Amino acid sequence: MTATAQVHSNEVGKARLRKEDAHLITGRSRYTDNMVLPGMLHLAMVRSPYAHAKITGIDVAAAKASPGVMAVLTGADVAAEQGSLPNAWPITPDQKAPAHPSIAVDEVAFAGEVVAVIIARSVAAARDAVELVDVNYEELPVVLDLEEAFTDTVLAHPSLGTNLSANWVFDSGEAGTGAPVEEALANAEVLIERTFYQQRLIPSFMEPRSTVVDPTSEQLTMWTSTQIPHILRLMLALTLGIPESKVRVVAPDVGGGFGGKLQVTPEEIITVLAARRMGKPCKYTETRSESLMAAHHGRAQVQRLKLSATREGIVTGFSVNLLADMGAYLGLVTSGVPILGAFMFNSIYKFPAYRFECNNLFTNKAWTDAYRGAGRPEATFAIERIMDELAVELGMDPLELREKNWIKHEEFPFTTVCGLEYDSGNYEAATAKAVELFDYAGLRAEQLRRRNSNDPVQLGIGISTFTEMCGLAPSRVLGSLAYGAGGWEHAQVRVLPTGNVEVVTGSSAHGQGHETAWSQLVADRLGVPFENVEVLHGDTQVSQRGLDTYGSRSLTVGGMAVLAAADKVIEKAKVVAAHLLEASEDDIEFSAGNFTVKGTDTSTSLGEIALATFAAHNLPDGFEPNLDSDATFDPVNFSFPHGTHLAAMEVDTETGQVRIRKYVCVDDIGVVVNPMIVEGQVHGGLAQGIAQALYEEAVYDDAGTLVTGSFVDYLVPSAPDLPHYITDRTQTPSTTNQLGAKGVGEAGTIASTPAIVNGVLDAIRHLGVRDIKMPCSPSRVWHALEVAKTTGGAQ
Amino acid sequence: MIPSPFDYAAPTTVAQALDLLADAGDDVKVLAGGQSLIPVMKLRMADPTMVVDLGRISELTGVTDDGDSLLIGAMTPHHVIAKDLLIATYAPLLAQAAATVADPQVRHRGTLGGALVHADPAGDMPAPVLALDATLVVAGPHGERSIAAADFFQGYFTTAVQEGEILTHIRIPKYVGWGSHYEKFTRVAQQWSIVAVAAMVRVEGGAIAAARIGLTNMASTPLRARGVEAALAGCALEADAIATACAQAADGTEPASDLNGDAAYRRHLSQVLTKRAVLSAAGL
Ligand SMILES: Cc1cc2nc3c(=O)[nH]c(=O)nc-3n(C[C@H](O)[C@H](O)[C@H](O)COP(=O)(O)OP(=O)(O)OC[C@H]3O[C@@H](n4cnc5c(N)ncnc54)[C@H](O)[C@@H]3O)c2cc1C
Repeated sequence: MTATAQVHSNEVGKARLRKEDAHLITGRSRYTDNMVLPGMLHLAMVRSPYAHAKITGIDVAAAKASPGVMAVLTGADVAAEQGSLPNAWPITPDQKAPAHPSIAVDEVAFAGEVVAVIIARSVAAARDAVELVDVNYEELPVVLDLEEAFTDTVLAHPSLGTNLSANWVFDSGEAGTGAPVEEALANAEVLIERTFYQQRLIPSFMEPRSTVVDPTSEQLTMWTSTQIPHILRLMLALTLGIPESKVRVVAPDVGGGFGGKLQVTPEEIITVLAARRMGKPCKYTETRSESLMAAHHGRAQVQRLKLSATREGIVTGFSVNLLADMGAYLGLVTSGVPILGAFMFNSIYKFPAYRFECNNLFTNKAWTDAYRGAGRPEATFAIERIMDELAVELGMDPLELREKNWIKHEEFPFTTVCGLEYDSGNYEAATAKAVELFDYAGLRAEQLRRRNSNDPVQLGIGISTFTEMCGLAPSRVLGSLAYGAGGWEHAQVRVLPTGNVEVVTGSSAHGQGHETAWSQLVADRLGVPFENVEVLHGDTQVSQRGLDTYGSRSLTVGGMAVLAAADKVIEKAKVVAAHLLEASEDDIEFSAGNFTVKGTDTSTSLGEIALATFAAHNLPDGFEPNLDSDATFDPVNFSFPHGTHLAAMEVDTETGQVRIRKYVCVDDIGVVVNPMIVEGQVHGGLAQGIAQALYEEAVYDDAGTLVTGSFVDYLVPSAPDLPHYITDRTQTPSTTNQLGAKGVGEAGTIASTPAIVNGVLDAIRHLGVRDIKMPCSPSRVWHALEVAKTTGGAQ
Repeated sequence: MIPSPFDYAAPTTVAQALDLLADAGDDVKVLAGGQSLIPVMKLRMADPTMVVDLGRISELTGVTDDGDSLLIGAMTPHHVIAKDLLIATYAPLLAQAAATVADPQVRHRGTLGGALVHADPAGDMPAPVLALDATLVVAGPHGERSIAAADFFQGYFTTAVQEGEILTHIRIPKYVGWGSHYEKFTRVAQQWSIVAVAAMVRVEGGAIAAARIGLTNMASTPLRARGVEAALAGCALEADAIATACAQAADGTEPASDLNGDAAYRRHLSQVLTKRAVLSAAGL
């Protein structure tokens, strides 16, 4: 290889600083709320204070007369045109769902639902008028608790006749992917039964949602704080009956999403309705209070589990029965979130029998939908918590128990009890590395010392050996699960006459750093300098096709599309190179941006070829001018990152305070494009998973009002609350994509929650505590210790 | 932030401010650092028609040495309290408490006077002021009056400051030979106190000669733990004896129950935290 080849071939794996950061951190950002259009009007929402009520009348006269107010719209005003917000994942043919108007027409089903919208010349005028709208409500009984919802005593939507949206079952016996679980449970030598609670969480993205709609040209343009410009464009067309070709959606800078912006929101539809009515651009930006109350929430499941095993610790069967909280409505993929977890409860283990049943239930709370990990954190929590319970029951070291049951590295590819084929993995390697970094033996010794000396601060070790399926998703699999779209991704690579490269991707980043990572991929593949690659995304007029960003899919699906497009460009350029160098195509070699005739020093560069294809003066017969290419990549399989996370937890038994003493994670995410970006994803993911374990919970009062309606009460941890993480990696490449990458966007969130809770329990289990509901707040820990004391430590 | 519309005035003297308050009637609010007032205006839970900003009254800012006591202007921000040399020397308890308030941004805007008049039961400044036996100086249409800290906090978000009055100064006796500690308990670093304890201890000849204990968030107002103070007087400098004395910390308290803990938990916390605060104040 030549010197230049070495320069260009080491992009992948390099901790490049992110291209996109300079403008973001110097205030030159373009968030939706920064947009100002001529004549723009502003919206403010009137929201229901009641969780369940009939709307018996709305008087908007005073609001309409308020200075600066141009119009006030109620549900009745737009009933004919607003359509019903989409649910793209009817998980069963008979799934029940209420109509979901953007502005409630005659009934509200959660506190925060929009009942009217003010359109005014300024935000202030709009907000002032909100208070002048007089809505008459007739309150209806509310159902808030999942277990109560399942009894159908009170109905979230009386017109449906039940709270049950759908019942979905996977049974390995019936599917033929394993044995029937009933037999395993009936013949169990050891049977562990537990119920775990996944509390309700709020995605808490930094940038509140904001939408601007310009209806003044031929095409309606929407700028919006979304993860899914392409899906949104299609859904706007379907919901409002506008031709898709007349809609352009732009996601400018987007300040985080975590699944919370994977949605078609009422506010987006309302902004379109308002802009069309007024014939002027309209903007809506939510307040933080509105965001916490009305943007979709996540998790919220009751998990009823049965695990059977032999006395030697071999698991023989696992049965999962879920109650999943949909909240008041079905959002874009609400109903599918539990299903994304269904195939992950068996995790890294070789269970012979498995059954999953899920009851999707309506309640009078904000609706739930995807939140970082979507289904998989719930599954991982359940299995990793109950494996610890089994270890305690058997008196076995929890790591040893896991190793007895996990798939050995030589057994890959391995078809699981769910029928998924895990292509690669090495749980032994990741665990061995984590154990060493953690000083497992040393911390176990310290734990014993503290126990023996009755130290007020006890130490516990929490383990989570996780895997997840990501790279959503092979379109065929999505089809078999009744999801309403495919899982492919699109890319375009264009070599410009100057030799610069434009990469268009359908996977639109909202903080993940695609511009940098895609540039590294293409710089390597085409042999051009990193700086010469420009990545374009997030505008349906620039990137015409795409399925957007969620489910750790960007690199393994979107990145592969980029590589495929780059490869097509090389193939095309080769034809021209052969023509220009008067050689046979078979004799042309491509390396480091240069096409060379084998065995000679006759060569031409990619840039020269780009210029030649642009000028088109001298091209082979039939060759289409310009050097660009499209590619659409549909993955053949999911990818399965895994890792071992170990948490040393200190519990102050006097106050119940919990502290993370040490956190080690060794993730295997396959081949890494940019280690710095990966580190960032891991850190952020850990923070959110730890937050579920210790801090965050969306709490409603008995009337269905959100109590945690501000960040004073909804506790999002910040830097001082989180430890210095010790992170490392093993690298077992995925065998199902050409790069060997697996995805890292959700790993930290999925793995860390059970590690923390297992650690807390390990610290105080000897005092008689065997479970604590999340978040494990100091008061809950203390109360659990008190209860254990008064019951004499009996379990 | 978009509150309801209001008029705004920024006087440069206390006299002007008092005149503005007298003229404005009921719906007027005094603005100090705005760290409590502006959030409630933003949520439209408060909608004054007039806001009188004290931010330009220079006589209300700063710490001065006034013989036996320190005189602190009501508009002195938390970050100044936390690092001022006089306070560090004569009333370090106040500095330590101020340093636990929220984050640097809030500490740069929020003021001692605002925190005291706001009188949030979970606020960190009232209990130390109570433990320090401070005197609060209030100016009103009828002149100036001084109120002992023990009489200042009257109820939930309620103080002795009347409509038309302004808290101008906080007078704190100089403490020499006392140890002190503010023990604050929270779930995340930047949070209001779930419970906190302000302890002052004077040690003489191997025993505690005197102690003053202020409790944060154990009732609708800050409290003095008089029972603990009495039990500590003469108590040996030894952990067990101190713990026994501090077990009375919850006596006479009426803590609230909320998402961070119920009343029983708070009562228990007050005992543990009082013990820890006293041990630390006594240098143990
Ligand atoms: C994010 C955040 C976190 C916080 N965390 C904490 C914490 O952990 N601990 C804590 O103790 N506090 C905390 N605070 C509150 C902070 O300490 C405030 O500064 C304080 O409560 C109010 O002081 P201020 O100067 O901002 O008063 P303002 O908000 O301006 O006023 C508060 C009230 O007092 C009245 N007032 C103010 N000054 C005077 C005066 N001189 N005379 C008469 N009336 C007056 C006002 O009219 C108003 O009713 C937090 C605030 C925020 C925003």
